[in-house]
Amino acid sequence: MSDARREETLGGFVVHGVPFPVETDPDALAFLKRMTPIQIEQQYSITYLHSYGQDSPWFAGASNKRLLASREPDSGYAYATPRGHDMYTGRETEWIDVTDRTATVHAFTVCYFGSEEFLPDTPFVLALIEYEGVNTLFLTRLIGLDHTQASLEWIGREVQPRFLRNSKLKPTDVYFVPA
Amino acid sequence: MRPVYALSGGVSKFAKARPDKTFQAIVKEAYDYAIADIGIDFPTFTRAVDGSVASYFSDHFSRQLMAGIMAQDYLGLVPKPSHRVEGGGATGGLCFQEAWKSIASGHMDVCAAYGFETMSHVETWKGNEFIALASDVSWDYPVGGFYSGYYAMMVTRHMKEYGTTVEQMAAVSVKNHLNAYHNPYAQKRNRYTIEDVRNSPMVAWPLTRLDICVMSDGAAAVIFASEDGIERLEAAGAEIPRPLVQVTGIGRGTDAMRMSDRPHVDYETFMQDYATDQERSSEDTRNHYRSLWDRGTRYPGVHSFRAGRTAGNMAYRHAGITDPLEELDFVELHDAYTSSEIQTYEDLGLCRYGEGGEFAASGKAFMPGIEYGLDLTSDPVCPVNPSGGLIACGHPVGATGLMQGVFAIWQLQNTIGKHFGDETLQVSDARRGAIHSHAGTGTYVTVSILEREGNR
Repeated sequence: MSDARREETLGGFVVHGVPFPVETDPDALAFLKRMTPIQIEQQYSITYLHSYGQDSPWFAGASNKRLLASREPDSGYAYATPRGHDMYTGRETEWIDVTDRTATVHAFTVCYFGSEEFLPDTPFVLALIEYEGVNTLFLTRLIGLDHTQASLEWIGREVQPRFLRNSKLKPTDVYFVPA
Repeated sequence: MRPVYALSGGVSKFAKARPDKTFQAIVKEAYDYAIADIGIDFPTFTRAVDGSVASYFSDHFSRQLMAGIMAQDYLGLVPKPSHRVEGGGATGGLCFQEAWKSIASGHMDVCAAYGFETMSHVETWKGNEFIALASDVSWDYPVGGFYSGYYAMMVTRHMKEYGTTVEQMAAVSVKNHLNAYHNPYAQKRNRYTIEDVRNSPMVAWPLTRLDICVMSDGAAAVIFASEDGIERLEAAGAEIPRPLVQVTGIGRGTDAMRMSDRPHVDYETFMQDYATDQERSSEDTRNHYRSLWDRGTRYPGVHSFRAGRTAGNMAYRHAGITDPLEELDFVELHDAYTSSEIQTYEDLGLCRYGEGGEFAASGKAFMPGIEYGLDLTSDPVCPVNPSGGLIACGHPVGATGLMQGVFAIWQLQNTIGKHFGDETLQVSDARRGAIHSHAGTGTYVTVSILEREGNR
């Protein structure tokens, strides 16, 4: 027998009137223990005012086609995904421009499914990128590779940043393509 | 610290959806089972217990804040003390250890730990979105927040560095699903082949649907007590089996929320800060690691869980374990992905870093007496996830770490047959086991060691 199934959705009918015993005699009340549960839909949506706080300059940079990172001033330990303070010295970091540095793929995947918000984008390639002289990685979308040909050979491949013309003020304002 | 005993436990049937009951009533199934298993009635236990710890991960799934107190209330435990713990996928493991602390510190003599999750209230892909909110919402989530994608990136790096193969990962799936065939609490009880795993729908390359655990509704509960607590329960009529099961070690570790922020340390730092005592003392292992570093490995990167290694080392020292593969009779670990089971073999020192894939397919982590249909090269040494793990049992997040504790108690009490109605998964003469609970991309990890009293 085939195990094919139609995709389930939560949507249902508006129901007026629910079956219930006409008389609440002891037998009828005992029967209530054998009822299937009633399930209803509850909507929940909200708009947050999210602050990028000390990371804000990165987004300003990306919207102006510059890729920033942060660095501990003395040790030079650099973060591809910026941090306001260094995790080893506790000191405030400084901004550096890494737009033109050599970048390579450290790890990647092809997402064929995803969270609901990103299902329309599937399949898409997620990748962690190394920048030359930077100690940590950057999570991004990788564009321009044939997802059906995914291969470990992609790791180590040189890539370069591209920027959205119309900034959305999100980390996806930058993405990477093969160099 | 006082000795802490794990007396009994209960697990609700894990299922894709449990609309028949509210979360409080599902918790009560597990809680009642744990009480009944020490031969005591509900009112008597309620009088004897000092308090509780509640465990659930997400307020989003139930669209209910303060769900912990609603369970406490339903269980008739008010006004006794309680608190809720939350730490992503490790929530249940953290709860287990918080209850341990309540007893070890002398704050309580009898403590109930209960946990639950009802993930069926939203559609699967919305559920994935909720889970992905446990990644940095400024930097990670907006890029394509999807935990299977995060773990797939880790494993592509593991494959690149260590030569791990998709067939080795699939062997974990075959093992865990077939173990669960004998576990009536498990959500997925199936016999699969390596080909079945590889041919199931691709979710995030190279992870297929059968490499990944599913979302579940379910609950679990564990009862802990001190020696005084046992005396109190027995005076009230409880029948507590001997030998007792003692929790002899706990360990925890953490790591950066964004896996991109994790360091890539050199060989000397790894050996000094992270290597196990066993690894440091072996010239062969030092040479193995030197060779990995010469080829470019850096630690932990994204291929290893520093939090897991830290938690394991801490728990082993606490329990006096120096050779985990030989000194543990079983491990229930957090296999949200087949790949993360392989990564965790290495973190927990069951094999060396770089050898997890080979270990997975060797047979050392399999159960004896089960025909898996695989060409295994070694006899079982330390069964890993004899219950079927998260991949087959399911993963109702707040319950999962406690479920592992319950199965570990039953292994050490030699009562798997009684509780499962099937002896197949009973580890012969089980004296000591470990449970491992893991959050996020390896952000919080707990390891707890349970032993049959008199083991040493």
